Amino acid sequence: MSDITKQSLSELVKNIKDKKLSSEEVTKAFINRSEKSKELNAYITEDYSSALDKAKKFDQKPNLELKLPGIPMAVKDLFCTDSIRTTAGSKILNNFVPTYESTVTQNIWNEGAILLGKLNCDEFAMGSSNETSFFGNVQNPIDKNLVPGGSSGGSASAVAGQLTPITIGTDTGGSIRQPASFTGIVGLKPTYGSCSRYGIVAFASSLDQAGPMAQNVKDCALLQEVISTYDPKDSTSIDFKRNEYSKELTNNIKGKKIGIPKEYRVEGMPKEIEELWQKGIQYAKDCGAEIVDISLPHTSYALPTYYIVAPAEASSNLARYDGVKYGFRAKGENLTDMYEKTRSEGFGAEVQRRIMIGTYVLSSGYYDAYYLKAQKIRKLIKNDFDEAYKKVDAILTPSTPSSAFKIGEKKDDPVSMYLNDIFTVPVNLAGLPGISIPAGHDAKGYPLGLQIIGKAFDEQNILNIAYAMEEKINFKNKITDWWIK
Amino acid sequence: MSKNKSEYLINRKDNQYEVVIGLEVHAQVTSESKLFSTSSTKFGAEPNTQVSLVDAAFPGMLPVINEFCVKQAIKTGIGLNAKINNRSVFDRKNYFYADLPQGYQISQFKDPIVGEGKVILDMPEGQKEVGIERLHLEQDAGKSIHDLDAQNTFVDLNRSGVALMEIVSKPDLRSPDEVSAYIKKLRSIMRYLGTCDGNMQEGSLRADVNVSVRAKGSKEFGTRCEIKNVNSIKFMQMAIEYEANRQVDLIEQGKSIDQETRLFDTKKNETRSMRSKEDAHDYRYFPDPDLLPLEVSDEFINQLKTEIPELPDDKKKRFIEEFKLSPYEANILVSDIDTGKYFEEVVAKMGKNKDIKLAVNWITGELFAVLNNKNLEISQSPISAKNLAILVNLIKNGTISGKIAKTVFELMMDGDQDPQKIVEEKGLKQQSDPKALEVLIDKIINDNRDKAIEYKQGKEKLFGFFVGQAMKVSGGKANPQLINEILKKKL
Repeated sequence: MSDITKQSLSELVKNIKDKKLSSEEVTKAFINRSEKSKELNAYITEDYSSALDKAKKFDQKPNLELKLPGIPMAVKDLFCTDSIRTTAGSKILNNFVPTYESTVTQNIWNEGAILLGKLNCDEFAMGSSNETSFFGNVQNPIDKNLVPGGSSGGSASAVAGQLTPITIGTDTGGSIRQPASFTGIVGLKPTYGSCSRYGIVAFASSLDQAGPMAQNVKDCALLQEVISTYDPKDSTSIDFKRNEYSKELTNNIKGKKIGIPKEYRVEGMPKEIEELWQKGIQYAKDCGAEIVDISLPHTSYALPTYYIVAPAEASSNLARYDGVKYGFRAKGENLTDMYEKTRSEGFGAEVQRRIMIGTYVLSSGYYDAYYLKAQKIRKLIKNDFDEAYKKVDAILTPSTPSSAFKIGEKKDDPVSMYLNDIFTVPVNLAGLPGISIPAGHDAKGYPLGLQIIGKAFDEQNILNIAYAMEEKINFKNKITDWWIK
Repeated sequence: MSKNKSEYLINRKDNQYEVVIGLEVHAQVTSESKLFSTSSTKFGAEPNTQVSLVDAAFPGMLPVINEFCVKQAIKTGIGLNAKINNRSVFDRKNYFYADLPQGYQISQFKDPIVGEGKVILDMPEGQKEVGIERLHLEQDAGKSIHDLDAQNTFVDLNRSGVALMEIVSKPDLRSPDEVSAYIKKLRSIMRYLGTCDGNMQEGSLRADVNVSVRAKGSKEFGTRCEIKNVNSIKFMQMAIEYEANRQVDLIEQGKSIDQETRLFDTKKNETRSMRSKEDAHDYRYFPDPDLLPLEVSDEFINQLKTEIPELPDDKKKRFIEEFKLSPYEANILVSDIDTGKYFEEVVAKMGKNKDIKLAVNWITGELFAVLNNKNLEISQSPISAKNLAILVNLIKNGTISGKIAKTVFELMMDGDQDPQKIVEEKGLKQQSDPKALEVLIDKIINDNRDKAIEYKQGKEKLFGFFVGQAMKVSGGKANPQLINEILKKKL
């Protein structure tokens, strides 16, 4: 069977279950393609030989009842993996090898999947272009020198470039949905509390959420089904009844009310984004959904609120990287000197910027004006959604205000970079699920995504809407394999 | 409440100063495992053997609240007559230190688990109420060891993450003695509750002491200094004494007092500046996003209320009413939960015809002296409550005299022997047969005719001589009361 790597997860699972493919064949195919794709720089750490061993072992005694039987996959390097280096894209964890496994990855291995390696990402997931990684830029398979988005840039690139059939990312302000949109794939940020944060290197604890990234909605649903479990090791994990998302997936969304928030029509938004949105609305109608105009009045405050809350939590979460216990340590004259040198040399510029912003907004005299106010606005943003969901079942917006940009284009303009998250951050602030699906191309042929936002714990509903629209959109990603010589 | 007599004042030429003290007590919660992890809290283990990935703040590790510690804090709050808050919040207190692996301590800042309460102190001049401002839960830090190596500091994380209760008093204390009484009372309450072992040597109980002074009669508070981390009652008293005098001297010299954090040098018996208010850390407190607000229902609290044992104040009241003890005696017996238990067991074993006063005297006298001498807790007493009860009964029913009882008591200590048996085996039974005693006394008077005449002539002191002779001849076993009676009759 040729072109194994072009197959979707669902196809691979079926072929392995039907014994048309072995785990070894599949694993080899993705390893081969990954080996040929070094120019994408999607991987930070490869684990190919043990992946092959595991695949062979699986084939000797295949358990075909599992949901991911012998399926190889690479994961974002923010998930701690037992005995495999975990860097979070940072120099400060360059040499860090956990002795434990994150709950989300453990869930994946429990269903029979096999680790291929760890995927590149922005340092500590802080970035929208994967340019803050200590391990270098990641190329977007769509075009040379194009960013794949961030922070799950390596993950998006690896799925779009078919280096892995599926992957998991993390999304704090858009880090799954924005790169999914930039690379023409599907990415789901689940409801806060749906997937355990145990063993995920923390960026902003009240916003971080792991989620699946895949070539299509069905694969995404299957992976979500695997990773979403209640976990008592994470105090913010929520014990709610989880669906069998892939089994319950339906394209029948007749009569579903879909809200169009007027505040997302932001100033200066490219015409093609507006057109894409209109097309999306038409697709939703074609699927039998009812379109309702809604208002989310505090939308414009979401980005500044996010850039207070996230750095505040990050400044504290990253305090543990001090050179004392693990990771990189610089030599110093005394304890303070060692701290300063370790953290100055160990963290990159963007991480340092956010630590400083976070430290500032939490400091005495500024706390009320920034952090406390941001928390209040966060509540208002959540209330906006609560109000809207009295009228609609889901909300449709563009995923990003533009298509992928060139590497280096926004590197020295953090604010313009931050604006990339404008449509995605409100979802994190409100703790809601959101999915980005590829919906079209811009004039340059770069993919553009649409975002469907759901009620809390209503992943099934937005997956269904995405599934129905996906069929209508019939998106084809234009991957030319330009990087393969 | 009397005032003047025992008022603690610092006197200078023309002025008298009152000392105002508030305490932040750090009490280690008695629990098997830490506040947010499952590692053991056992004291004295090899360094870094009781450290989980959570305690060492590995990437991606998350805190999970230990419900038992929450219960312990609530019970303590109940013991302090305090308001239990249905909703409290864990905050992060951010600062860098080598023995603080997370780079922040999880504590409670704005919304503590326990609010205002009070503690009653029994002072010689009467009762004194001390207000409790709050009690909150927080993590302990690890330990930095600076003296093992000239170049390096070693870090032991066994203590990192152990649950502490910080109990903050109102500035209601006015003297080192009150501070001592307050700490002892807190410790007693927590030991009754089983929420903190109060072991100051092991650091289970330590305090930051806030001291200020003001002219006697003034209503305004002076500028306070905080003396950090004092770990014995004696040192607290010494530190207060020193610090109050230092502040008074500054005022007398017309200088002002800087609000600052100081430490107490136990060797030099002085406090020294650690950091000024300007250098104070900005801890950047904010709610810990890894933890949800802690919600406890009234049912949960009420259930815990049913688990609260009789506390020292109630026990004291009962002892006074039930056993007709003086407040002083009752105080001594209730200060420690095991002493009260021992006493009640003695009372129970004494049966119907009991002399409780006598029992109290023997417990607080002979027994306490022995325990003190041997450095034992009452729970380790070499004499069981049952055998002490028998001994007291033997005195009460006249089988032995108080003096012989002391001899018996000594013998009992060797393997907690039955005093009845000792008395029988050693023939220590008191001679209470009047006829036999009369014979004995007749002989003594006969042998000492000259002295008997002198006595009759008015030398009354000699009565003691005859008693002494009677005791000597009887080997101490003669019933002293009968001896007196017979002697009076015969002489």
